[in-house]
Amino acid sequence: MEAVTMAKAINLSLRDALTRDDNILIFGEDVGALGGVFRITDGLQKAFGDERVFDTPLAESSIIGVAVGLALRGFRPVPEIQFDGFIYPAFEQIVSHVAKYRNRSGVPMPITIRVPFGGHIGAVEHHSESPEAYFAHTAGLKVVTPSTPGDAYALLQTAIDDPDPVIFFEPKARYYLKEEIDPAARVPIGKARVAQEGWGVSVIAYGPTVSIALQAAKTAATENISLEVIDLRSLSPLDMDTVMASVRKTHRAVVVHEAPVFCGFGAEVAARISHDAFDLLEAPVARLGGLNAPYPPARYEKLYLPDVDRILQAADAALAYG
Amino acid sequence: MADVVRVVAADDPLRALFSPAGELTAEARSRLGMDAAALRELYRNMVLIRRADQEALNLQRQGELGLWGQFLGQEAIHVGAMAALRTTDWVFPSYREFGMAMVRGIDPADMLTLFRGLSHGPWDPRKYHFAPLAIPVATQVPHAVGFAMGCRLKHSDEVVLSTFGDGATSEGDWHEAMNFAGVFKAPVVFLCQNNGWAISVPLSKQTAGSIVERAQGYGFPGIRIDGNDVLGVYAAVRAAADRARQGEGPYLIEAVTYRMGAHTSSDDPTRYRTDNELQAWNAKDPIARYKTWLEQQGIIDAGTVAAIADAAETAAQAMRSRLTSMAVPPPGEAIFGRVYSNPPESFLLEREEFESSLEGS
Repeated sequence: MEAVTMAKAINLSLRDALTRDDNILIFGEDVGALGGVFRITDGLQKAFGDERVFDTPLAESSIIGVAVGLALRGFRPVPEIQFDGFIYPAFEQIVSHVAKYRNRSGVPMPITIRVPFGGHIGAVEHHSESPEAYFAHTAGLKVVTPSTPGDAYALLQTAIDDPDPVIFFEPKARYYLKEEIDPAARVPIGKARVAQEGWGVSVIAYGPTVSIALQAAKTAATENISLEVIDLRSLSPLDMDTVMASVRKTHRAVVVHEAPVFCGFGAEVAARISHDAFDLLEAPVARLGGLNAPYPPARYEKLYLPDVDRILQAADAALAYG
Repeated sequence: MADVVRVVAADDPLRALFSPAGELTAEARSRLGMDAAALRELYRNMVLIRRADQEALNLQRQGELGLWGQFLGQEAIHVGAMAALRTTDWVFPSYREFGMAMVRGIDPADMLTLFRGLSHGPWDPRKYHFAPLAIPVATQVPHAVGFAMGCRLKHSDEVVLSTFGDGATSEGDWHEAMNFAGVFKAPVVFLCQNNGWAISVPLSKQTAGSIVERAQGYGFPGIRIDGNDVLGVYAAVRAAADRARQGEGPYLIEAVTYRMGAHTSSDDPTRYRTDNELQAWNAKDPIARYKTWLEQQGIIDAGTVAAIADAAETAAQAMRSRLTSMAVPPPGEAIFGRVYSNPPESFLLEREEFESSLEGS
């Protein structure tokens, strides 16, 4: 297959899901005629009709609340939340109901909530956030994020097929990454991948930071420093087997995400590595992420977000430790 | 604007059934199409659920339940609404709809396990077409609307009953869901049980303007009725459900009643309301009123009343003994058993570790 962007890969994945199962419904703000503000649902309403792909009123809590009701009625809703920073009105429905409805009632909630997330797009406030830790902290949800077009296609297929609710975070700054995809490939939820093999320091990333970690690995290689890049793909459940296999090799780890470091998802990864590999570690596990301040005006986002240099500095520090 | 109001009013078959004060007209009352047995059944159900409600409060006072929220005084709504629906119609309750659930056939002892700390949702909603009790206020309203939208997409003739209290109408979810229902013309009957109080806050401090008039703003009609008249509630829900079933969309019924008991067993209403108010509402008790009417119509006699009271007593005792003799489910299953359909390995491992930590303890 020819190379496609991540945006197109997600569009194809939704299209294939809609074709496969009449109970799949796509809805949200501007997802119909417009095809979504990022055009992810482009052409889907035209192809599948306005009962399967429809615009909703501008009300995130009820977009998700209605998804719960539709799931009870036997549908597999795939609602879109337009931007990361707009998910908070839906927080109660996601945390109190989507995540807990099965536990309460025995009725499955096969809902996939798509959310473009992350920064690096020069946007105004509320359009560049990384709220994944809030959801990874909630039992009952599965939380995934792809970093490549191929994974975006395949992981979304798995998410939609999964009988449990999945929050599908799309790294919006990577929507235009292009590669060939294989629609037959399968990516299970809960399996990380080794994005770049190496032996010096494990760099554990997900979503938008994977490509930055790969650039860092490339740069490091020119200085004879070998970075192994792990793309978590799934935050909950978390694939510690793949992480630990890497750390057993490198004895050093750097976790990197865009969300603030304080209570960020990296804290979980770092704590687990520190616990499970305490005797192996040659250096403390480093965490890189956004600053513990609200996401800044766009002019400052490059300073706020982790970049290649900060990854290289953290890797150097890990190698020089002790 | 005037045109919009007229269109909505013309589309309202309930107006003709009620006086402007919300009382079912004598004419409508005579044309309900219920025989004597059905009319007696309404009385019987109200007596049964009131006795169960009292028994649940007793159980709480005796330490057998952690909490109880009485619905005393709201029996006409619980029974009238349920009688007006088909058993295939789904109900999305808040947390005070124990009576509705009983009428739908859910075992009351099973239900009480929720208040005994044994379960968050002791029945299968798919079996009874009765959603779990929703504790966060108004969050169940969008679920009801989504379900109703789904009924429409499936071209089924099911309708959905979404019920909530007066306090719920302050929540954003309520307004959002009302708007969704209007936009998608969802077959849903919104039934507000306006019992005057949201814990300690009276309606006058809760709500600006009127609850029922909000419906027009969302593009569908509504009516305020006497919520202590079981036949009025029956007629209203029946007509609104028929209308929804025919594809005419949502309807809001504001049933005015009174919470005769405390908010829950942890509440002390003497801190915020007067005895006078309670006495005034006591005079409008839905069961006493209906009993008088049935007697006047020659539909029940003292023998039937006594037999129903006996049946309610027996049922309450059976509920008590079934509840108090119920086994405590094993902790591993209770905590982990229903979280996921497809549980992650790490989750199963945590359950295993938890369960083995209990062995020998």
